Amino acid sequence: MEIKRRNFLKGLAGAGAGVAAAPLISGTALARESKKLQEDHVGMLYDNTRCVGCKSCEVACKRANNLPVELDASGIYDAPRDLSEKTMNIIKMYKDEEGQAYVKRQCMHCVDPSCVSGCPVSALNKEPNGIVTWDPDACCGCRYCQMNCPFNIPKFQYNDFYGRIVKCEMCINTNLPKQGQPACTEACPNDAVIFGKVTSLLDEAKRRIKQSPHIYVNQVYGEKEGGGTSVIYLSKVPFEKLGLPNLPDHSQASVSESIQHSLYQGLIAPIVIYAGLAAIAFKNRSGDKEE
Amino acid sequence: MILGKNPLVDSKVKRRDFLTLSTKTAIALGLSPAFIPKMTKALEKKEKPAVIWLHFQECTGCTESLLRARGVDLATLILDVISLEYHETLFAAAGHQIEDQLQAAMKRYAGKYVLVVEGSIPTKENGHYCMIGGRTAMEILKETAENCAAIIAIGSCASWGGVQSSGPNPTGAVGVQSLITNKPVVNIPGCPPNPYNFLSTVVHYLTFNKLPTHDKQGRPKFAYGTLIHDQCERRGHFNAERFVNEFGDEGHRRGWCLYKMGCKGPMTFSNCPEIGFNRYLKWPVAIGHPCFGCTEKAVGYTIPLHTKAEVLNPNPPQVYARPQEPTNQGTSLVAAGAIGAAIGVAGTAIAVKAKKLPDSEEE
Repeated sequence: MEIKRRNFLKGLAGAGAGVAAAPLISGTALARESKKLQEDHVGMLYDNTRCVGCKSCEVACKRANNLPVELDASGIYDAPRDLSEKTMNIIKMYKDEEGQAYVKRQCMHCVDPSCVSGCPVSALNKEPNGIVTWDPDACCGCRYCQMNCPFNIPKFQYNDFYGRIVKCEMCINTNLPKQGQPACTEACPNDAVIFGKVTSLLDEAKRRIKQSPHIYVNQVYGEKEGGGTSVIYLSKVPFEKLGLPNLPDHSQASVSESIQHSLYQGLIAPIVIYAGLAAIAFKNRSGDKEE
Repeated sequence: MILGKNPLVDSKVKRRDFLTLSTKTAIALGLSPAFIPKMTKALEKKEKPAVIWLHFQECTGCTESLLRARGVDLATLILDVISLEYHETLFAAAGHQIEDQLQAAMKRYAGKYVLVVEGSIPTKENGHYCMIGGRTAMEILKETAENCAAIIAIGSCASWGGVQSSGPNPTGAVGVQSLITNKPVVNIPGCPPNPYNFLSTVVHYLTFNKLPTHDKQGRPKFAYGTLIHDQCERRGHFNAERFVNEFGDEGHRRGWCLYKMGCKGPMTFSNCPEIGFNRYLKWPVAIGHPCFGCTEKAVGYTIPLHTKAEVLNPNPPQVYARPQEPTNQGTSLVAAGAIGAAIGVAGTAIAVKAKKLPDSEEE
């Protein structure tokens, strides 16, 4: 038995061409736009010129959501260094010679969330009010959401046999129904983080920048970044210094879904690939007969 | 200069003193000012409540602490507020005379007197470790508790045994509440207890005719409802991780947190930081010594003095993580190149060696 090198290469080229041609055949009609912010979407505005770093929001978050403490080496402080399976909300501090700036890290509740797009079992969902929730009954534990998230937010309980995904859900089942707002915005003593409809929050953020342009960076982080987020930021230092990534204006989900949906549209790409493979196999068999 | 009232000059108690006592007690008890007239009235009653004060295994520190109360002194208390019928330290009488007085008082005020117990009660060897007038502490307590209205156990010893009950507890010392179960008992633990907590309990009893609400350990909630750690004047230093590491070091002189010196504040409930002791509003931590947890049964005289306490409610410290923590993940280009080169060299070497091997199939 012998596969001729030439035949093998032919088959390979054919299959390759098919794959490459698939998007062209289907055209750009399937290119998915980034999803748009809805009027009903709720979110938060965090303004680090107002934050005093008291960490009341961290304490309130843990209390409201019944999260365990994350003791440090001394065993006396609940001192997480980053978001983790025990911490859904954390205040961090950027410091340089000129001064310091706090940043509150938590789920951004993207307008077009990559985690929702990437979840194969629809365990992550964008609720009608814009909150990105996680469904423990649907989750299969694949952690694609972790890999998809551009902000590195979802955390997985690796130490638990029945590990869960832990991320901020804006207290949708805890503080929000009871108090009408998440625990962190309720606890903040200085209104550094406020809760409301994203559209009004955007107006408020722009108003603050217009009112005191000298103290703010002229950008509302989350208005456009990654297709927009429901948790938006105002800052006195550039956002990349706060660990907020510089993202394009379209969502990652729109790019990946455009490619994926084009590839699989009408099952053209799989048919071409399997046809190519079948051709090779047939050729080989007919070669056997000749001998 | 004499701070406060000079007892030698101003021995007559005025109405103002009652009002002062009422007001301060109302504040200590967390009551509304509307209760002040009621309290004053209760304190001015003609028939003063009889108090029998027993001493067992103790150091008299509780009485000493009461002698140093501010605002109201002991003289006011025993001469005008209560009728002290029996007190071994304060009474001039001794021997048969005072024992007769005890018996007389018990008969006269049967069912009405308040029993104050100071010190623990030994139970081993039938209680022979503590005997007064030929009778054991157990017998005396049983007899006096029979007809009392309520019992106030003052100090950690009377509350649950205190220092005498710490291991190996040679005398089998126990507190009042383990022996007397059919009478209301309120514990004012502390070593010594804050006199104001005792006075407030007495005034509460006089005003409302019942003992204040208490927790599972029998301690009045108004005094033992808050964690020392949460009220501590050095808490800011704890949150900022500024600790005393050694007595007399830089941090100790600057008044930093005493947690590392074994302060039991994070696991002890008491109002010490709020009301302080004596006239100077000071308490152990304020003068640079760690709290040793005397108001907690499971802490004082149980956990060694300089052992670090368990923090009951850990909170975030006022130190911050950086926005992007440096990680060891990921490889630099140089490292990747070096590893690639090493693999290449090894692969080539193997290939060269393999070529030199004799080809067995051909032979």
